[in-house]
Amino acid sequence: MSATAAPPDGAIRPEEVLIETVRRLLAGARHVAVGANSPIPAAAAFLEQRLTGGPPLVSLQQSPRHNRFTDGGRELFDAAGQGRIDVFFFSGAEIDGEGNINLVAIGDYARPAVRFPGSYGSAFLYFTVPRIILFRTEHSRRTLVEKVAFVSAPGTSPPGVWRRGGPVALVTPLCHFAFDKAVRRFRLVSLHPGHGLEEVRDNTGFAFDLPERVTTTPLPEAATLALLRGAVARELATVYPKFAASVFGVAPVTTDRTA
Amino acid sequence: MIVPGAAVIQDLEAALALIGDGTMLAVPADYAGVAMAATRALIRRGIKGLHLVTVPAGSLQADLLIGAGAVATIETSAVGFGELGPAPRFTAALREGRIAIKDATCPAIHAALRASEMGNPFAALRGIIGSDILARRPDWKVIDNPFPPHDPIVVLAALRPDVALFHAPMADRAGNVWVGRRRDLFTLAHAAATSIATVERVVDDDLLGDETLAAATIPAFYLGAVAVAPRGAWPMRCEEPEDTSHLRDYLALAATEAGFARYLDRHVRDRRAA
Repeated sequence: MSATAAPPDGAIRPEEVLIETVRRLLAGARHVAVGANSPIPAAAAFLEQRLTGGPPLVSLQQSPRHNRFTDGGRELFDAAGQGRIDVFFFSGAEIDGEGNINLVAIGDYARPAVRFPGSYGSAFLYFTVPRIILFRTEHSRRTLVEKVAFVSAPGTSPPGVWRRGGPVALVTPLCHFAFDKAVRRFRLVSLHPGHGLEEVRDNTGFAFDLPERVTTTPLPEAATLALLRGAVARELATVYPKFAASVFGVAPVTTDRTA
Repeated sequence: MIVPGAAVIQDLEAALALIGDGTMLAVPADYAGVAMAATRALIRRGIKGLHLVTVPAGSLQADLLIGAGAVATIETSAVGFGELGPAPRFTAALREGRIAIKDATCPAIHAALRASEMGNPFAALRGIIGSDILARRPDWKVIDNPFPPHDPIVVLAALRPDVALFHAPMADRAGNVWVGRRRDLFTLAHAAATSIATVERVVDDDLLGDETLAAATIPAFYLGAVAVAPRGAWPMRCEEPEDTSHLRDYLALAATEAGFARYLDRHVRDRRAA
């Protein structure tokens, strides 16, 4: 199923559950960087920043007003290479059960049946950033697959290959998985309200482990939700006007988005 | 052969004479000053066979050049329009096998340019091992770190574009170009054999004569040509914000071959619009 927009009446929206789930994964981070086309992670990072009143520092590559880098596009990667970036986010056209992500193509590489934009910084950041949070707004057997058709970035590496980081979690509209690199498998952490284990199984193309007790994903508290729908939504609209309009009903403002 | 310091202010078409069919052309990402007026002029001229290097990712410029049949090979970390959607002509050309692609990852493009900047044959970079990108790049290899712990590490052949093409706010009469904090343009200009800058305006002061401005100025000896092109990044960002509604219109038209041809007629071939 896909995340859908805006039920009337102030009921909690699927995106808000995702944002809150991602936000709770940011605890203790000093510097969170957000890549292209990641409105849910951006919202989570802004929300955490406003709740703590301080850290994390949030850097958005594509937004001048949320970008403290002064040495060009390379500086984010240099900083990550040194261990200065604690959290980054990736989605994937496909994500498989071993944490591999595909941002490139499905089918014959030279003449693909489906072609996606490309790997961006994934093949590097997946190794250098300690906490990579995967998010996917479509939870289906098409997106969460047993084996990706093309590995943009591998979920784990053999012993002897230098690696500081990697995937720690996968957040979807149905549930929250943790990634266990020792066994190279996802483990269900919690189901979002209104969703069941069978639904997750039916819509997931890979096998995953279960916890001793399956819990329900906590919803944002009222004050957190108010902050998200107010100040955070307005800040988000400067970078992701389309998302902010469809989820929070925030009118587009002067954009500083770039692709 | 480009004579150092030969950059004088020229008209746009003359400046673009440095780019020919088959040129390896490096261009910056959307945030760093995309020379769109120059790109439209190249398409009007009927440029062919480019090896286009996006530093590190691209959107409208790459999609336009590909749709217009100007590109033989693209070397990129990604081509897309972010929240607005995928790049239609890039996607169609790859699906139909009409262009070759060298898939990369952002820091690899930066690092390979930095190797060239230093005159080194290669750069080393963490990560990438186990990615299918690596398997498809004969110019990327895994070697053993010569120092303890002797672990495997990727090395990337230096990337030396024939020409870098970008847009910046201003130049002085000597052809020094002020780029502000768009530092990617320094790497591009240092790494490429020569560079062409289009600028919003030419100022009479010496940009190297003021310490604050000089620190953000590419010296003229890196530049083969400089041309004035007011609003030359439009619809991408330079001093004005990106024209997002124009990008939406583009994506709607470029969804089909026929619609893309209409876009070219309207915004590229018609010089009044371009």
